[in-house]
Amino acid sequence: MDYLYYLRQSKMPHIWCDGCGHGIVLKSLLRVIDKLGWDKNDVAVVSGIGCSSRTPGYVDFNTLHTTHGRALAFATGLKIAKPQLHVIVVTGDGDAVAIGGNHFIHAARRNIDISVIIYNNYIYGMTGGQVSPTTPTMKKATTTPFGNPDAPFDISRLAAAAGAAYVARTTVYHYARMDLYIEQALTKKGFSVVEVLSPCPTSYGKLNKLGNGVDMLMYQKENTVSLEKAAQLTPEELENKIVVGVFVDKEQADYQEHYQKVVQKSHNV
Amino acid sequence: MDLKDIPEVKINTDWCKSCGICVAFCPRKVLEMGMFYAQVAHPEACSGCKMCENLCPDFAITVTLPVKTAEKVK
Ligand SMILES: Cc1ncc(C[n+]2csc(CCOP(=O)(O)OP(=O)(O)O)c2C)c(N)n1
Ligand code: SF4
Repeated sequence: MDYLYYLRQSKMPHIWCDGCGHGIVLKSLLRVIDKLGWDKNDVAVVSGIGCSSRTPGYVDFNTLHTTHGRALAFATGLKIAKPQLHVIVVTGDGDAVAIGGNHFIHAARRNIDISVIIYNNYIYGMTGGQVSPTTPTMKKATTTPFGNPDAPFDISRLAAAAGAAYVARTTVYHYARMDLYIEQALTKKGFSVVEVLSPCPTSYGKLNKLGNGVDMLMYQKENTVSLEKAAQLTPEELENKIVVGVFVDKEQADYQEHYQKVVQKSHNV
Repeated sequence: MDLKDIPEVKINTDWCKSCGICVAFCPRKVLEMGMFYAQVAHPEACSGCKMCENLCPDFAITVTLPVKTAEKVK
């Protein structure tokens, strides 16, 4: 496939650091859109603020680069106004579940037909490595120099509990799996979430002595277990392992369906 | 072997940030790191798996399969 067809080439090369996984996620998204054969004018990519949220700047679709944490609020308005658009939100762990946490759980509860791709690098990359709600306990960030005392959110389980129709997690290293999950999410009616673990060698990697981008991908390669396999392992065996797989895939009426009924009823009074 | 029968690996040297991912993960060790960007050191060893292209975060590698292989893949 020709990635260049989907890129705003005047904005390239992108700003992501060498070894950052965010570019690998973007490529997967473009491969899937190309495979689905969607017209560029029928796709809208919406983001908040962060390294991950820079994505819309590079892609030649309808794009919205909004305010920190609020991508889903903008995307919701867009989807309701133009339901024919394929609305895709690209966001970071900070953008999605710190400042944007409330938007995230309520969009899932509402089950609006939007796909969210969360580039989870366990840290605020763009602003220099502050702790995020997904930073694992006792791992370092610039704001937790002696280790993070908090427990992290499990984004996929959070989305599942909040009511999303589709939830999956993968790493960037397992790009074939990433393509599959993103395709399933994009074609799902209702709220779909793909949590992609994306290395940030510059902040998270450096602060936690995890090496460069290559080392961090190698870690993903060697420490990933599927949900099925994880079910047979003890908590000790699962320590430091990355669990990937499809957490939720269900059919349920989406927001648009309920909303149309409300509109109909209001016409009858 | 005729070079036309093997996949062509191209590096966009303007976009490559020399992260080394392609060099480390190519199963056939086709690429090596040069001074400023990755280089195709052993083009004849390429199997056309596109591991380097798919893992390159910088859109800096393109692998073009030879016509015969491309047709087979289809
Ligand atoms: C209202 C507001 N608060 C704070 C910021 C500063 N800020 C910019 S990006 C960012 C964190 C981004 O982290 P994440 O979403 O995880 O993305 P990453 O950069 O790691 O990809 C913060 C706190 C802002 N731009 N706006
Ligand atoms: S700071 Fe981290 S997340 Fe941001 S571009 Fe660099 S490696 Fe990627």
